[in-house]
Amino acid sequence: MKPQSMGQAVLIALALIYLASLYFMSSPVWMGFTINALIVAVVALAWNITGGFGGMASFGHAAMYGTGAYASAILQVQYGINAWIAFAAGIVAGAAMGAFIGALAFRYGLKGSYFALVTLAFAEVLRICASSFAITGGGSGLQLRLDPGLSTLQFNDRTVVYTILLVIVALVMALTAWLKYSRFGAYLIAVRENEDAARALGIDTYRIKVKAMAISGAFAGLAGVLYLQVWLFIDSAVVYGSAVSIEALIGPIIGGAGTVWGPLIGTLGLHLLGEGAKHLLHNAPGLNFVLYAVVLICALRFLPQGLMGLAGRIGTFRKKEDDNA
Amino acid sequence: MSSLILPAVLSGLTMGAVYALVALGLTLIYGVLHIINFAHGSLLMLALYAAYFLFVHMGLDPYLAIPILLPVFFCLGYVLQRWVIAPMSGGSEQNVLLVTLALALIIDNLALYFWTSNTRSVDIPYAYNTVEFLGAYLPLGRVIAFFAALAAAPLLWLFMTRTRTGSAIRAVAIEKRGAEIVGIDVNHTYAICFGIGTACVALAACLLLPTFYVTPQVGYTFVLVAFTTVVLGGMGSLPGALIAGLLLGVIESLCGLFLGESLGQIGIFTAFILILLFKPSGLLGRRAA
Repeated sequence: MKPQSMGQAVLIALALIYLASLYFMSSPVWMGFTINALIVAVVALAWNITGGFGGMASFGHAAMYGTGAYASAILQVQYGINAWIAFAAGIVAGAAMGAFIGALAFRYGLKGSYFALVTLAFAEVLRICASSFAITGGGSGLQLRLDPGLSTLQFNDRTVVYTILLVIVALVMALTAWLKYSRFGAYLIAVRENEDAARALGIDTYRIKVKAMAISGAFAGLAGVLYLQVWLFIDSAVVYGSAVSIEALIGPIIGGAGTVWGPLIGTLGLHLLGEGAKHLLHNAPGLNFVLYAVVLICALRFLPQGLMGLAGRIGTFRKKEDDNA
Repeated sequence: MSSLILPAVLSGLTMGAVYALVALGLTLIYGVLHIINFAHGSLLMLALYAAYFLFVHMGLDPYLAIPILLPVFFCLGYVLQRWVIAPMSGGSEQNVLLVTLALALIIDNLALYFWTSNTRSVDIPYAYNTVEFLGAYLPLGRVIAFFAALAAAPLLWLFMTRTRTGSAIRAVAIEKRGAEIVGIDVNHTYAICFGIGTACVALAACLLLPTFYVTPQVGYTFVLVAFTTVVLGGMGSLPGALIAGLLLGVIESLCGLFLGESLGQIGIFTAFILILLFKPSGLLGRRAA
């Protein structure tokens, strides 16, 4: 997690200064905007586990995000189950969906664009199902009853919500860092670099990949539950829509896939850019996605390792073969 | 119920022919360039709008717009591949996928910005004249689309097998380095192939518009159906795409009949997941994933 160059230290410091400054700005607009960005950052961190470390680019992280959100919402709305239990259940549901998609896809050796397409198809099937059945509220979605309190995990004070999200993002990042330097992380990176060689060395690549999907699914499910608890309302287009899957992959690629800080920095940067453009262009719908896409194309061409990779080349602290933080 | 099945199958076949036409372009691009073009549906949406505006502003019948839109979209595809997709992706498969995804986002959202999310359709009364066939009543526009799409597939096949350009495309698809050695301009051939794929989409749009509608989101639905068709038919197989398109049209129509209109597409996506999992090489494909 430690920066390895002056550039990365500056980048991380900028992100932290921005996040800390919100406590002094007392601007509900910026607070709401950053709360959204942090939820997206959690899905971005989830995508980063499989797409960044594992080299398996998913186009359908909404499948796990939405499953987490719907599992929690169904338990709370339809069965009146306590929000804390529903919260945990959402994470478990996300992990289970991730493991399920992974197990099916990897069992038949799908990779590259095939894997991207099958994840996309799963998200789409789930979206249509969620908009058609009674238990998911059909087309009108599910709404949590407004009842602020610790036992319902709903908070009126945006500063409290913001602080909780900051802690959760920090926890997910700490877990990511721990995974990266663990044996499992080394296996996963080995799978990304050369799967055949990894298997020849005795790594059970199938298990590693399914495990990565489960962890990634747990994070994505967590993000879905966070969305539900913050906004108290979900429907199929919001949580299973392609926008979730796209935002999950753009942030890490621009920030630096396979790094700990990249997904957060990429997501924050993109959202700031999108918000700025919105003000300049008077809230034109969809134009922030045009901007994201242009930035994505430029990043693919000019920043193959994202912002963290670029910053890593500026003012290197010491010679090291691995220049990702 | 059984009296409803035959009309549903026939109506599915007419829609399936259009799916096949869209998928023909996609499978051609995949077979030669080995890239999955995410922007394919967005280009279809663009062509639908082009045909729509030609009708609204110039009173041009969508069928008569075909000779105009076909070359325009061929050029658009050529330019996109040669000067945007190829240089920006640097050749890696994952980057191509992401660049075309980004293009799709740009096209879709610009369409949303300029043309709003209103659903638009053209009013061509004769397109809804019904044709009776085996007790089923089909709109004339759908019947025309069916036969035009069926005619386009063998024409494309003839082009690929009987012309010099077609031979060059097939040569590049099989052995890129070898094609380069015998003097084929690979980048030019790639772009031509992408152009032809895009022209297929323009044809599909002109055939679709009289009995369909256009919104900025329509591309997303079609691109998923087109992927399914391509995968089911076998990546890169032209006859496969034709058969798969017709089959999926029928599957969608029957699922809509038995499960309800809104769940019609479930059949397509379930088929997609099942094929990807159990037979990724498709019906007529030779190469596995």
